[in-house]
Amino acid sequence: MLNLALALGAAMLGIAVVLNVWVLFRGPDLPDRILALDTLYINAIALLVLYGIARATTSFFEAALLIAMLGFVSTVALCKYLLRGDIIE
Amino acid sequence: MLWQEALISFFVVLGGAFALVGSIGLLRFPDFYQRLHAPTKATTLGVGGVLAASVLFFSLRGPGLSLHELLVTFFLFITAPVSAHLLARAARHCGVRMHPDTRKPGQPDGA
Repeated sequence: MLNLALALGAAMLGIAVVLNVWVLFRGPDLPDRILALDTLYINAIALLVLYGIARATTSFFEAALLIAMLGFVSTVALCKYLLRGDIIE
Repeated sequence: MLWQEALISFFVVLGGAFALVGSIGLLRFPDFYQRLHAPTKATTLGVGGVLAASVLFFSLRGPGLSLHELLVTFFLFITAPVSAHLLARAARHCGVRMHPDTRKPGQPDGA
């Protein structure tokens, strides 16, 4: 049962990633693309955690935590660039 | 155990469904300010579901409680509103157009 649920969850997250990439290319504005990147990294964290459950190993949590922190910093940096035209003033 | 597997499977499917709903909302809503709602709420909840499944899986399997997934959960739940606020400000600054149905700033509810 767990294998079936993991396959179903991974399939739904995979479709979600494909839709995010579609929005990333479609736009239509720059904030839309940043939002699509933001959603993409959150879905990547979920996929990585699912892979950790499927492999029954805890060594992917550090990677998930790193993606969470760096993704937030990159979103803030991109927003600051749009707001100010510069990242570090 | 059957009920343990059932509980973990429920959280995995719930998380995947919320993440999928968030991404469909990101694709389908008419303007940016409405599109901002779907990923910042539904997708964050979806990751929360998957991480809850992970906590249950490794706690029921291993010798002790496995709580370091909660670190990722807390971090995402704290940072999602901050990034949404910054994105909305950036969109206002860039002059992204609003759909006529979107509530304007200062407009009362239901107007």
